[in-house]
Amino acid sequence: MSSRIAHIAANTFREAVRDRVLYNLIAFALLMSGAAILVGQISIGIERLVVVNLGLTAVSLFGVVIAIFIGIGLVSKEIEKRTLYTVLSRPVRRWEFIVGKFFGLAGTLVVNTFFMAIGVFAALLYVSHGFEKADGWILVAVYFIILQFLMMTAIALLFSSFSSPLLAAVFAFSLFVIGSFAEDLRGFAAMAQGVSRWAATGAAYLVPNFSSLNVISSVAHQQGATPQLIFANSLYALVYTAMALSGAVLVFERRNLK
Amino acid sequence: MKPLGRTTCIAIALLLACFVISVFALRRLDHIRKAATVQEVLYISSPKALKWLSLGYDGLLADVYWTRAVQYFGARHFLGSHDYELLAPLLEITTGLDPHLTVAYEFGANFLAPKPPYGAGMPQQAIQLVNEGIRDNPNVWKLYYNLGFIYYTELKDYPKAADAFARGSKVPEAHPFLRIMAAQMAQHSGELQMARMMWTTAYESTTDRDIRANALAHLRALQVDEDITNLEKLISIYREKTGHLPLSFSELQTAGMLSDMPVDPLGHPYKLVPGGGVQVRDPEELPFIEKGTPPGYVPPSPKFLPSD
Repeated sequence: MSSRIAHIAANTFREAVRDRVLYNLIAFALLMSGAAILVGQISIGIERLVVVNLGLTAVSLFGVVIAIFIGIGLVSKEIEKRTLYTVLSRPVRRWEFIVGKFFGLAGTLVVNTFFMAIGVFAALLYVSHGFEKADGWILVAVYFIILQFLMMTAIALLFSSFSSPLLAAVFAFSLFVIGSFAEDLRGFAAMAQGVSRWAATGAAYLVPNFSSLNVISSVAHQQGATPQLIFANSLYALVYTAMALSGAVLVFERRNLK
Repeated sequence: MKPLGRTTCIAIALLLACFVISVFALRRLDHIRKAATVQEVLYISSPKALKWLSLGYDGLLADVYWTRAVQYFGARHFLGSHDYELLAPLLEITTGLDPHLTVAYEFGANFLAPKPPYGAGMPQQAIQLVNEGIRDNPNVWKLYYNLGFIYYTELKDYPKAADAFARGSKVPEAHPFLRIMAAQMAQHSGELQMARMMWTTAYESTTDRDIRANALAHLRALQVDEDITNLEKLISIYREKTGHLPLSFSELQTAGMLSDMPVDPLGHPYKLVPGGGVQVRDPEELPFIEKGTPPGYVPPSPKFLPSD
Protein backbone atom coordinates (compact mmCIF):
# COMPACT_ATOMS: atom_id res chain seq x y z
CA MET A 1 0.00 0.00 0.00
CA SER A 2 2.65 2.54 1.05
CA SER A 3 4.81 1.71 -1.98
CA ARG A 4 1.87 2.38 -4.31
CA ILE A 5 1.22 5.74 -2.65
CA ALA A 6 4.94 6.54 -2.83
CA HIS A 7 5.02 5.69 -6.53
CA ILE A 8 2.04 7.94 -7.31
CA ALA A 9 3.58 10.71 -5.18
CA ALA A 10 6.93 10.40 -6.96
CA ASN A 11 5.23 10.51 -10.35
CA THR A 12 3.20 13.59 -9.35
CA PHE A 13 6.39 15.30 -8.19
CA ARG A 14 8.19 14.40 -11.45
CA GLU A 15 5.24 15.63 -13.48
CA ALA A 16 5.17 18.96 -11.61
CA VAL A 17 8.88 19.44 -12.22
CA ARG A 18 8.39 18.52 -15.89
CA ASP A 19 5.56 21.12 -16.02
CA ARG A 20 8.22 23.70 -15.09
CA VAL A 21 6.53 24.50 -11.77
CA LEU A 22 9.89 25.17 -10.19
CA TYR A 23 10.47 27.94 -12.73
CA ASN A 24 8.65 30.17 -10.27
CA LEU A 25 11.88 30.10 -8.29
CA ILE A 26 13.47 32.25 -10.96
CA ALA A 27 10.75 34.87 -10.57
CA PHE A 28 11.12 34.64 -6.81
CA ALA A 29 14.90 35.03 -6.99
CA LEU A 30 14.53 38.10 -9.20
CA LEU A 31 11.95 39.59 -6.84
CA MET A 32 14.08 39.03 -3.76
CA SER A 33 17.33 40.29 -5.26
CA GLY A 34 15.56 43.33 -6.71
CA ALA A 35 13.86 44.04 -3.37
CA ALA A 36 17.10 43.57 -1.43
CA ILE A 37 18.96 46.07 -3.62
CA LEU A 38 16.05 48.52 -3.66
CA VAL A 39 15.25 48.53 0.07
CA GLY A 40 18.96 48.92 0.81
CA GLN A 41 18.81 52.20 -1.07
CA ILE A 42 15.42 53.64 -0.12
CA SER A 43 14.51 52.30 3.34
CA ILE A 44 15.94 53.81 6.48
CA GLY A 45 16.06 51.43 9.41
CA ILE A 46 13.38 49.06 8.16
CA GLU A 47 15.33 47.13 5.49
CA ARG A 48 15.13 43.94 7.50
CA LEU A 49 11.41 44.41 8.13
CA VAL A 50 10.67 44.98 4.45
CA VAL A 51 12.74 42.01 3.29
CA VAL A 52 11.13 39.61 5.79
CA ASN A 53 7.61 40.88 5.07
CA LEU A 54 8.03 40.85 1.33
CA GLY A 55 9.97 37.57 1.22
CA LEU A 56 7.59 35.56 3.40
CA THR A 57 4.52 37.03 1.74
CA ALA A 58 5.93 36.07 -1.66
CA VAL A 59 6.73 32.54 -0.40
CA SER A 60 3.17 32.21 0.81
CA LEU A 61 1.48 33.60 -2.30
CA PHE A 62 3.67 31.74 -4.79
CA GLY A 63 3.01 28.49 -2.94
CA VAL A 64 -0.74 29.06 -2.64
CA VAL A 65 -0.99 29.81 -6.35
CA ILE A 66 0.94 26.60 -7.17
CA ALA A 67 -1.13 24.55 -4.69
CA ILE A 68 -4.36 25.80 -6.28
CA PHE A 69 -3.43 25.68 -9.95
CA ILE A 70 -1.61 22.35 -9.83
CA GLY A 71 -3.96 20.87 -7.23
CA ILE A 72 -7.13 21.51 -9.25
CA GLY A 73 -5.75 19.54 -12.20
CA LEU A 74 -4.49 16.57 -10.25
CA VAL A 75 -7.61 14.47 -10.78
CA SER A 76 -9.38 16.18 -13.69
CA LYS A 77 -6.27 16.16 -15.89
CA GLU A 78 -5.83 12.41 -15.34
CA ILE A 79 -9.46 11.86 -16.34
CA GLU A 80 -9.12 14.12 -19.37
CA LYS A 81 -5.97 12.37 -20.57
CA ARG A 82 -7.51 9.01 -19.70
CA THR A 83 -4.37 8.05 -17.77
CA LEU A 84 -6.51 7.57 -14.67
CA TYR A 85 -8.06 4.42 -16.17
CA THR A 86 -4.61 2.97 -16.75
CA VAL A 87 -3.66 3.66 -13.16
CA LEU A 88 -6.88 2.33 -11.66
CA SER A 89 -6.81 -0.80 -13.83
CA ARG A 90 -3.74 -1.79 -11.83
CA PRO A 91 -3.99 -2.86 -8.21
CA VAL A 92 -4.28 0.74 -7.03
CA ARG A 93 -7.21 1.81 -4.90
CA ARG A 94 -8.88 5.14 -5.50
CA TRP A 95 -8.00 6.47 -2.07
CA GLU A 96 -4.38 5.53 -2.64
CA PHE A 97 -4.46 7.55 -5.85
CA ILE A 98 -5.80 10.62 -4.01
CA VAL A 99 -3.37 10.30 -1.11
CA GLY A 100 -0.44 9.70 -3.48
CA LYS A 101 -1.37 12.79 -5.52
CA PHE A 102 -1.54 14.83 -2.30
CA PHE A 103 1.91 13.77 -1.13
CA GLY A 104 3.35 14.37 -4.60
CA LEU A 105 2.19 17.98 -4.74
CA ALA A 106 2.96 18.56 -1.06
CA GLY A 107 6.51 17.33 -1.71
CA THR A 108 6.85 19.69 -4.67
CA LEU A 109 5.72 22.60 -2.51
CA VAL A 110 8.08 21.69 0.34
CA VAL A 111 11.06 21.58 -2.06
CA ASN A 112 9.93 24.84 -3.64
CA THR A 113 9.54 26.49 -0.24
CA PHE A 114 12.95 25.24 0.86
CA PHE A 115 14.63 27.07 -2.03
CA MET A 116 12.52 30.18 -1.53
CA ALA A 117 13.40 30.25 2.18
CA ILE A 118 17.07 30.15 1.23
CA GLY A 119 16.35 33.14 -1.02
CA VAL A 120 14.76 35.06 1.87
CA PHE A 121 17.72 34.38 4.14
CA ALA A 122 20.14 35.37 1.37
CA ALA A 123 18.34 38.69 0.84
CA LEU A 124 18.28 39.23 4.61
CA LEU A 125 22.00 38.59 4.83
CA TYR A 126 22.57 41.07 2.01
CA VAL A 127 20.64 43.91 3.67
CA SER A 128 21.56 43.20 7.31
CA HIS A 129 25.15 42.01 6.76
CA GLY A 130 24.56 39.24 9.29
CA PHE A 131 21.92 37.24 11.13
CA GLU A 132 20.40 37.84 14.54
CA LYS A 133 19.06 35.26 16.98
CA ALA A 134 15.50 36.42 16.34
CA ASP A 135 15.88 35.62 12.64
CA GLY A 136 15.38 31.99 13.65
CA TRP A 137 11.66 32.79 14.00
CA ILE A 138 11.54 33.10 10.23
CA LEU A 139 11.86 29.31 10.15
CA VAL A 140 8.70 29.05 12.27
CA ALA A 141 6.89 31.34 9.83
CA VAL A 142 8.11 29.17 6.93
CA TYR A 143 6.90 26.06 8.78
CA PHE A 144 3.44 27.65 9.22
CA ILE A 145 3.43 28.56 5.53
CA ILE A 146 4.12 24.91 4.67
CA LEU A 147 1.20 23.90 6.90
CA GLN A 148 -0.94 26.38 4.98
CA PHE A 149 0.18 24.73 1.70
CA LEU A 150 -0.79 21.29 2.99
CA MET A 151 -4.28 22.58 3.74
CA MET A 152 -4.59 24.35 0.38
CA THR A 153 -3.36 21.29 -1.51
CA ALA A 154 -5.94 19.08 0.19
CA ILE A 155 -8.68 21.67 -0.47
CA ALA A 156 -7.72 21.97 -4.16
CA LEU A 157 -7.70 18.18 -4.42
CA LEU A 158 -11.14 18.01 -2.81
CA PHE A 159 -12.61 20.41 -5.39
CA SER A 160 -10.69 18.72 -8.17
CA SER A 161 -12.33 15.40 -7.28
CA PHE A 162 -15.82 16.57 -8.32
CA SER A 163 -15.70 19.72 -10.43
CA SER A 164 -14.09 21.16 -13.53
CA PRO A 165 -10.64 22.79 -13.20
CA LEU A 166 -12.05 26.30 -13.62
CA LEU A 167 -14.72 25.89 -10.96
CA ALA A 168 -12.28 24.09 -8.66
CA ALA A 169 -9.87 27.03 -8.96
CA VAL A 170 -12.64 29.51 -8.15
CA PHE A 171 -13.82 27.46 -5.16
CA ALA A 172 -10.31 26.90 -3.82
CA PHE A 173 -9.29 30.54 -4.22
CA SER A 174 -12.52 31.72 -2.58
CA LEU A 175 -11.92 29.42 0.34
CA PHE A 176 -8.38 30.77 0.64
CA VAL A 177 -9.69 34.35 0.85
CA ILE A 178 -12.45 33.40 3.30
CA GLY A 179 -9.95 31.40 5.36
CA SER A 180 -7.68 34.44 5.57
CA PHE A 181 -10.56 36.33 7.21
CA ALA A 182 -11.76 33.37 9.31
CA GLU A 183 -11.19 35.17 12.59
CA ASP A 184 -13.33 38.07 11.45
CA LEU A 185 -15.99 35.58 10.43
CA ARG A 186 -15.97 34.23 13.99
CA GLY A 187 -16.14 37.84 15.18
CA PHE A 188 -19.27 38.37 13.09
CA ALA A 189 -20.70 35.12 14.47
CA ALA A 190 -20.10 36.28 18.04
CA MET A 191 -22.06 39.47 17.34
CA ALA A 192 -24.99 37.67 15.69
CA GLN A 193 -27.92 36.20 17.56
CA GLY A 194 -30.24 33.21 17.32
CA VAL A 195 -30.10 30.92 14.30
CA SER A 196 -27.79 33.18 12.33
CA ARG A 197 -25.28 32.99 15.19
CA TRP A 198 -25.26 29.17 15.03
CA ALA A 199 -25.05 29.17 11.24
CA ALA A 200 -22.21 31.71 11.19
CA THR A 201 -20.34 29.85 13.94
CA GLY A 202 -20.71 26.54 12.09
CA ALA A 203 -19.47 28.13 8.85
CA ALA A 204 -16.59 29.78 10.68
CA TYR A 205 -15.44 26.42 12.04
CA LEU A 206 -15.91 24.67 8.72
CA VAL A 207 -13.81 27.04 6.61
CA PRO A 208 -10.03 26.81 7.01
CA ASN A 209 -8.48 29.24 9.46
CA PHE A 210 -5.37 30.69 7.91
CA SER A 211 -5.18 33.70 10.25
CA SER A 212 -3.46 31.81 13.04
CA LEU A 213 -0.92 30.40 10.56
CA ASN A 214 0.06 33.86 9.44
CA VAL A 215 2.82 35.10 11.73
CA ILE A 216 4.72 36.98 9.04
CA SER A 217 4.15 40.44 10.53
CA SER A 218 5.08 39.44 14.07
CA VAL A 219 8.18 37.57 12.85
CA ALA A 220 9.19 40.66 10.86
CA HIS A 221 8.98 42.55 14.16
CA GLN A 222 11.21 39.86 15.72
CA GLN A 223 8.42 38.45 17.86
CA GLY A 224 8.35 34.71 18.21
CA ALA A 225 5.66 32.07 18.56
CA THR A 226 5.04 30.05 21.71
CA PRO A 227 5.49 26.24 21.66
CA GLN A 228 1.76 25.95 22.40
CA LEU A 229 0.93 27.96 19.29
CA ILE A 230 3.26 25.83 17.17
CA PHE A 231 1.70 22.65 18.54
CA ALA A 232 -1.91 23.85 18.17
CA ASN A 233 -1.31 25.16 14.66
CA SER A 234 0.35 21.88 13.63
CA LEU A 235 -2.50 19.85 15.07
CA TYR A 236 -5.12 22.04 13.44
CA ALA A 237 -3.46 22.10 10.01
CA LEU A 238 -2.87 18.35 9.94
CA VAL A 239 -6.37 17.53 11.11
CA TYR A 240 -7.93 19.95 8.63
CA THR A 241 -5.79 18.50 5.85
CA ALA A 242 -6.90 15.00 6.81
CA MET A 243 -10.52 16.21 6.83
CA ALA A 244 -10.27 17.69 3.33
CA LEU A 245 -8.48 14.60 2.06
CA SER A 246 -11.18 12.38 3.59
CA GLY A 247 -13.75 14.48 1.75
CA ALA A 248 -11.82 14.08 -1.51
CA VAL A 249 -11.57 10.30 -0.99
CA LEU A 250 -15.27 10.13 -0.15
CA VAL A 251 -16.28 11.96 -3.34
CA PHE A 252 -13.81 10.14 -5.54
CA GLU A 253 -14.80 6.71 -4.19
CA ARG A 254 -18.44 7.38 -5.12
CA ARG A 255 -17.69 9.03 -8.44
CA ASN A 256 -18.80 7.24 -11.60
CA LEU A 257 -15.77 7.20 -13.89
CA LYS A 258 -17.36 5.29 -16.75
CA MET B 1 -27.78 3.61 -5.07
CA LYS B 2 -24.27 2.29 -4.64
CA PRO B 3 -23.84 0.66 -1.20
CA LEU B 4 -21.29 2.19 1.15
CA GLY B 5 -17.96 0.43 0.90
CA ARG B 6 -15.40 -0.02 3.66
CA THR B 7 -13.24 2.86 2.39
CA THR B 8 -16.25 5.18 2.18
CA CYS B 9 -17.25 4.37 5.76
CA ILE B 10 -13.71 4.96 6.99
CA ALA B 11 -13.54 8.25 5.05
CA ILE B 12 -16.84 9.42 6.58
CA ALA B 13 -15.69 8.49 10.08
CA LEU B 14 -12.33 10.18 9.54
CA LEU B 15 -13.97 13.30 8.12
CA LEU B 16 -16.28 13.67 11.12
CA ALA B 17 -13.55 12.90 13.65
CA CYS B 18 -11.20 15.39 11.99
CA PHE B 19 -13.89 18.08 11.98
CA VAL B 20 -14.51 17.63 15.72
CA ILE B 21 -10.78 17.69 16.47
CA SER B 22 -10.29 20.74 14.24
CA VAL B 23 -12.98 22.63 16.19
CA PHE B 24 -11.22 21.78 19.46
CA ALA B 25 -7.85 22.77 17.98
CA LEU B 26 -9.29 26.05 16.76
CA ARG B 27 -10.78 26.84 20.15
CA ARG B 28 -7.42 26.07 21.71
CA LEU B 29 -5.78 28.39 19.20
CA ASP B 30 -8.23 31.16 20.05
CA HIS B 31 -7.35 30.72 23.71
CA ILE B 32 -3.60 30.74 23.05
CA ARG B 33 -3.74 33.79 20.81
CA LYS B 34 -5.99 35.70 23.21
CA ALA B 35 -3.66 35.02 26.12
CA ALA B 36 -0.55 35.84 24.14
CA THR B 37 1.31 38.87 25.40
CA VAL B 38 2.65 39.73 21.99
CA GLN B 39 2.40 43.48 21.52
CA GLU B 40 -0.54 44.32 19.32
CA VAL B 41 0.39 46.43 16.37
CA LEU B 42 -1.76 47.82 13.62
CA TYR B 43 0.51 47.29 10.69
CA ILE B 44 -1.58 49.44 8.36
CA SER B 45 -3.01 52.29 10.39
CA SER B 46 -3.87 54.67 7.58
CA PRO B 47 -7.56 54.66 6.57
CA LYS B 48 -6.54 56.17 3.22
CA ALA B 49 -4.10 53.34 2.49
CA LEU B 50 -6.68 50.76 3.50
CA LYS B 51 -9.33 52.41 1.35
CA TRP B 52 -6.98 52.17 -1.58
CA LEU B 53 -6.10 48.55 -0.79
CA SER B 54 -9.77 47.59 -0.47
CA LEU B 55 -10.19 47.97 -4.26
CA GLY B 56 -13.52 49.69 -3.81
CA TYR B 57 -14.89 47.18 -1.29
CA ASP B 58 -14.42 49.73 1.48
CA GLY B 59 -17.88 49.16 2.95
CA LEU B 60 -17.14 45.52 3.63
CA LEU B 61 -13.71 46.34 5.00
CA ALA B 62 -15.30 48.96 7.28
CA ASP B 63 -17.62 46.26 8.64
CA VAL B 64 -14.62 44.02 9.25
CA TYR B 65 -12.78 46.78 11.13
CA TRP B 66 -15.92 47.70 13.06
CA THR B 67 -16.19 44.08 14.23
CA ARG B 68 -12.53 44.13 15.15
CA ALA B 69 -13.00 47.34 17.20
CA VAL B 70 -15.93 45.86 19.12
CA GLN B 71 -14.13 42.56 19.67
CA TYR B 72 -10.97 44.37 20.75
CA PHE B 73 -12.79 46.52 23.28
CA GLY B 74 -14.98 43.64 24.51
CA ALA B 75 -12.05 41.27 25.02
CA ARG B 76 -9.95 43.86 26.87
CA HIS B 77 -12.92 45.05 28.93
CA PHE B 78 -13.60 41.47 29.97
CA LEU B 79 -9.99 41.08 31.11
CA GLY B 80 -10.30 44.32 33.12
CA SER B 81 -7.59 45.99 31.06
CA HIS B 82 -6.70 49.66 31.47
CA ASP B 83 -5.03 49.84 28.08
CA TYR B 84 -7.15 50.41 24.99
CA GLU B 85 -4.38 51.79 22.82
CA LEU B 86 -5.77 50.42 19.56
CA LEU B 87 -9.41 51.44 20.06
CA ALA B 88 -8.97 54.94 18.61
CA PRO B 89 -7.06 53.84 15.46
CA LEU B 90 -9.51 50.98 14.89
CA LEU B 91 -12.46 53.36 15.05
CA GLU B 92 -10.67 55.93 12.89
CA ILE B 93 -10.05 53.27 10.23
CA THR B 94 -13.66 52.08 10.45
CA THR B 95 -15.10 55.55 10.02
CA GLY B 96 -12.45 56.48 7.46
CA LEU B 97 -13.57 53.52 5.33
CA ASP B 98 -17.28 54.18 5.90
CA PRO B 99 -17.93 57.74 7.15
CA HIS B 100 -21.65 56.98 7.46
CA LEU B 101 -21.30 54.11 9.94
CA THR B 102 -22.73 56.24 12.75
CA VAL B 103 -22.74 53.42 15.31
CA ALA B 104 -18.93 53.57 15.26
CA TYR B 105 -18.95 57.25 16.28
CA GLU B 106 -21.47 56.47 19.02
CA PHE B 107 -19.33 53.60 20.25
CA GLY B 108 -16.31 55.91 20.27
CA ALA B 109 -18.16 58.54 22.30
CA ASN B 110 -19.30 55.95 24.84
CA PHE B 111 -16.13 53.92 25.24
CA LEU B 112 -13.24 56.02 23.98
CA ALA B 113 -13.88 58.97 26.29
CA PRO B 114 -14.52 57.47 29.78
CA LYS B 115 -11.60 56.84 32.09
CA PRO B 116 -10.23 53.26 32.36
CA PRO B 117 -11.36 50.61 33.13
CA TYR B 118 -14.71 51.75 31.70
CA GLY B 119 -13.15 53.20 28.58
CA ALA B 120 -9.93 54.24 26.93
CA GLY B 121 -9.65 57.58 28.76
CA MET B 122 -9.14 59.50 25.50
CA PRO B 123 -11.83 62.24 25.49
CA GLN B 124 -9.97 64.42 22.98
CA GLN B 125 -9.76 61.58 20.44
CA ALA B 126 -13.43 60.85 21.10
CA ILE B 127 -14.32 64.49 20.44
CA GLN B 128 -12.26 64.49 17.25
CA LEU B 129 -13.95 61.28 16.08
CA VAL B 130 -17.47 62.58 16.78
CA ASN B 131 -16.69 65.94 15.14
CA GLU B 132 -15.61 64.06 12.02
CA GLY B 133 -18.87 62.11 12.25
CA ILE B 134 -20.86 65.37 12.43
CA ARG B 135 -18.94 66.76 9.45
CA ASP B 136 -19.86 63.69 7.36
CA ASN B 137 -23.35 63.20 8.80
CA PRO B 138 -24.66 66.67 9.71
CA ASN B 139 -28.26 65.47 9.98
CA VAL B 140 -27.71 62.78 12.59
CA TRP B 141 -28.78 64.37 15.90
CA LYS B 142 -27.32 61.52 17.95
CA LEU B 143 -23.81 62.65 17.04
CA TYR B 144 -24.38 66.16 18.45
CA TYR B 145 -25.83 64.50 21.51
CA ASN B 146 -22.74 62.30 21.80
CA LEU B 147 -20.47 65.32 21.48
CA GLY B 148 -22.32 67.21 24.21
CA PHE B 149 -22.30 64.06 26.30
CA ILE B 150 -18.48 63.87 26.22
CA TYR B 151 -18.11 67.56 27.05
CA TYR B 152 -20.55 67.22 29.93
CA THR B 153 -19.54 63.89 31.50
CA GLU B 154 -15.82 63.77 30.88
CA LEU B 155 -14.65 67.37 30.59
CA LYS B 156 -17.35 69.28 32.53
CA ASP B 157 -17.16 71.89 29.78
CA TYR B 158 -20.71 73.23 30.04
CA PRO B 159 -20.56 75.95 27.34
CA LYS B 160 -19.31 73.49 24.71
CA ALA B 161 -21.82 70.86 25.84
CA ALA B 162 -24.61 73.46 25.58
CA ASP B 163 -23.41 74.42 22.09
CA ALA B 164 -23.39 70.77 20.93
CA PHE B 165 -26.90 70.09 22.31
CA ALA B 166 -28.21 73.37 20.85
CA ARG B 167 -26.84 72.50 17.39
CA GLY B 168 -28.27 68.98 17.67
CA SER B 169 -31.71 70.29 18.68
CA LYS B 170 -31.94 72.12 15.33
CA VAL B 171 -31.48 68.89 13.34
CA PRO B 172 -34.75 67.52 11.91
CA GLU B 173 -36.31 64.77 14.07
CA ALA B 174 -33.93 65.50 16.95
CA HIS B 175 -34.88 64.07 20.35
CA PRO B 176 -36.86 66.73 22.28
CA PHE B 177 -34.55 66.28 25.29
CA LEU B 178 -31.77 67.99 23.39
CA ARG B 179 -33.37 71.42 23.66
CA ILE B 180 -33.86 70.95 27.43
CA MET B 181 -30.32 69.70 27.81
CA ALA B 182 -28.97 72.72 25.99
CA ALA B 183 -30.91 75.02 28.34
CA GLN B 184 -29.82 73.14 31.46
CA MET B 185 -26.22 73.14 30.32
CA ALA B 186 -26.38 76.88 30.00
CA GLN B 187 -27.42 77.04 33.66
CA HIS B 188 -25.41 73.90 34.52
CA SER B 189 -27.83 73.19 37.29
CA GLY B 190 -29.76 70.13 38.40
CA GLU B 191 -26.84 67.73 37.95
CA LEU B 192 -28.75 64.57 38.87
CA GLN B 193 -31.74 65.25 36.64
CA MET B 194 -29.42 66.24 33.83
CA ALA B 195 -27.39 63.07 34.14
CA ARG B 196 -30.56 60.96 34.24
CA MET B 197 -31.90 62.68 31.14
CA MET B 198 -28.66 62.10 29.27
CA TRP B 199 -28.38 58.42 30.15
CA THR B 200 -32.05 57.89 29.34
CA THR B 201 -31.50 59.45 25.93
CA ALA B 202 -28.41 57.30 25.44
CA TYR B 203 -30.43 54.20 26.35
CA GLU B 204 -33.40 55.07 24.14
CA SER B 205 -31.54 56.30 21.11
CA THR B 206 -29.41 53.25 20.32
CA THR B 207 -29.84 49.59 19.54
CA ASP B 208 -26.22 48.76 20.34
CA ARG B 209 -26.28 46.26 23.19
CA ASP B 210 -23.06 47.46 24.83
CA ILE B 211 -24.10 51.11 24.77
CA ARG B 212 -27.56 50.25 26.17
CA ALA B 213 -26.07 48.11 28.94
CA ASN B 214 -23.65 50.87 29.86
CA ALA B 215 -26.45 53.46 29.95
CA LEU B 216 -28.64 51.18 32.07
CA ALA B 217 -25.83 50.63 34.56
CA HIS B 218 -25.38 54.41 34.86
CA LEU B 219 -29.13 54.93 35.32
CA ARG B 220 -29.16 52.33 38.10
CA ALA B 221 -26.17 53.99 39.74
CA LEU B 222 -27.90 57.39 39.60
CA GLN B 223 -30.98 55.85 41.19
CA VAL B 224 -28.90 54.38 44.02
CA ASP B 225 -27.10 57.66 44.63
CA GLU B 226 -30.41 59.53 44.77
CA ASP B 227 -32.06 56.88 47.00
CA ILE B 228 -29.18 56.92 49.46
CA THR B 229 -29.09 60.72 49.61
CA ASN B 230 -32.83 60.76 50.39
CA LEU B 231 -32.62 57.92 52.93
CA GLU B 232 -29.74 59.55 54.78
CA LYS B 233 -31.71 62.79 54.92
CA LEU B 234 -34.66 60.91 56.45
CA ILE B 235 -32.37 59.25 59.00
CA SER B 236 -30.99 62.65 59.93
CA ILE B 237 -34.51 64.05 60.40
CA TYR B 238 -35.46 60.98 62.48
CA ARG B 239 -32.42 61.52 64.68
CA GLU B 240 -33.33 65.16 65.23
CA LYS B 241 -36.87 64.17 66.18
CA THR B 242 -36.09 61.20 68.45
CA GLY B 243 -32.55 61.93 69.61
CA HIS B 244 -31.24 58.56 68.45
CA LEU B 245 -30.46 56.78 65.20
CA PRO B 246 -32.91 54.17 63.91
CA LEU B 247 -31.79 50.53 64.25
CA SER B 248 -33.69 49.50 61.14
CA PHE B 249 -35.79 50.95 58.34
CA SER B 250 -38.91 49.58 60.03
CA GLU B 251 -38.48 52.28 62.71
CA LEU B 252 -38.74 54.87 59.94
CA GLN B 253 -41.84 53.09 58.66
CA THR B 254 -43.36 53.07 62.13
CA ALA B 255 -42.64 56.79 62.40
CA GLY B 256 -44.52 57.28 59.12
CA MET B 257 -41.43 58.49 57.26
CA LEU B 258 -41.23 55.55 54.86
CA SER B 259 -44.10 53.71 53.23
CA ASP B 260 -42.19 50.64 52.03
CA MET B 261 -38.94 48.87 52.71
CA PRO B 262 -36.41 50.69 50.51
CA VAL B 263 -34.83 48.56 47.79
CA ASP B 264 -32.13 49.25 45.19
CA PRO B 265 -32.86 49.14 41.41
CA LEU B 266 -32.06 45.42 41.39
CA GLY B 267 -34.72 44.79 44.05
CA HIS B 268 -32.31 44.15 46.94
CA PRO B 269 -33.09 45.92 50.26
CA TYR B 270 -30.72 48.67 51.32
CA LYS B 271 -28.72 48.07 54.50
CA LEU B 272 -28.84 50.47 57.44
CA VAL B 273 -25.40 50.49 59.03
CA PRO B 274 -24.38 51.72 62.50
CA GLY B 275 -23.74 55.46 62.41
CA GLY B 276 -26.76 56.16 60.25
CA GLY B 277 -25.24 55.30 56.91
CA VAL B 278 -26.98 53.39 54.14
CA GLN B 279 -25.28 50.79 51.97
CA VAL B 280 -26.24 48.59 49.04
CA ARG B 281 -26.19 44.84 49.56
CA ASP B 282 -23.76 44.04 46.76
CA PRO B 283 -21.84 47.02 45.34
CA GLU B 284 -20.20 44.82 42.68
CA GLU B 285 -23.58 44.38 41.00
CA LEU B 286 -24.01 48.14 40.75
CA PRO B 287 -21.01 49.61 38.95
CA PHE B 288 -20.56 53.41 38.83
CA ILE B 289 -22.31 54.06 42.19
CA GLU B 290 -20.74 56.85 44.20
CA LYS B 291 -22.67 56.27 47.43
CA GLY B 292 -23.68 53.23 49.47
CA THR B 293 -20.39 51.36 49.41
CA PRO B 294 -18.57 50.15 52.55
CA PRO B 295 -15.69 52.38 53.76
CA GLY B 296 -12.51 51.72 51.76
CA TYR B 297 -14.38 49.86 49.04
CA VAL B 298 -12.44 49.61 45.80
CA PRO B 299 -14.62 48.72 42.82
CA PRO B 300 -13.30 45.72 40.91
CA SER B 301 -12.37 45.95 37.26
CA PRO B 302 -15.61 45.52 35.32
CA LYS B 303 -15.85 41.95 34.03
CA PHE B 304 -19.04 42.75 32.19
CA LEU B 305 -21.66 45.38 31.91
CA PRO B 306 -25.01 44.32 33.32
CA SER B 307 -27.13 43.31 30.38
CA ASP B 308 -30.42 44.96 29.72
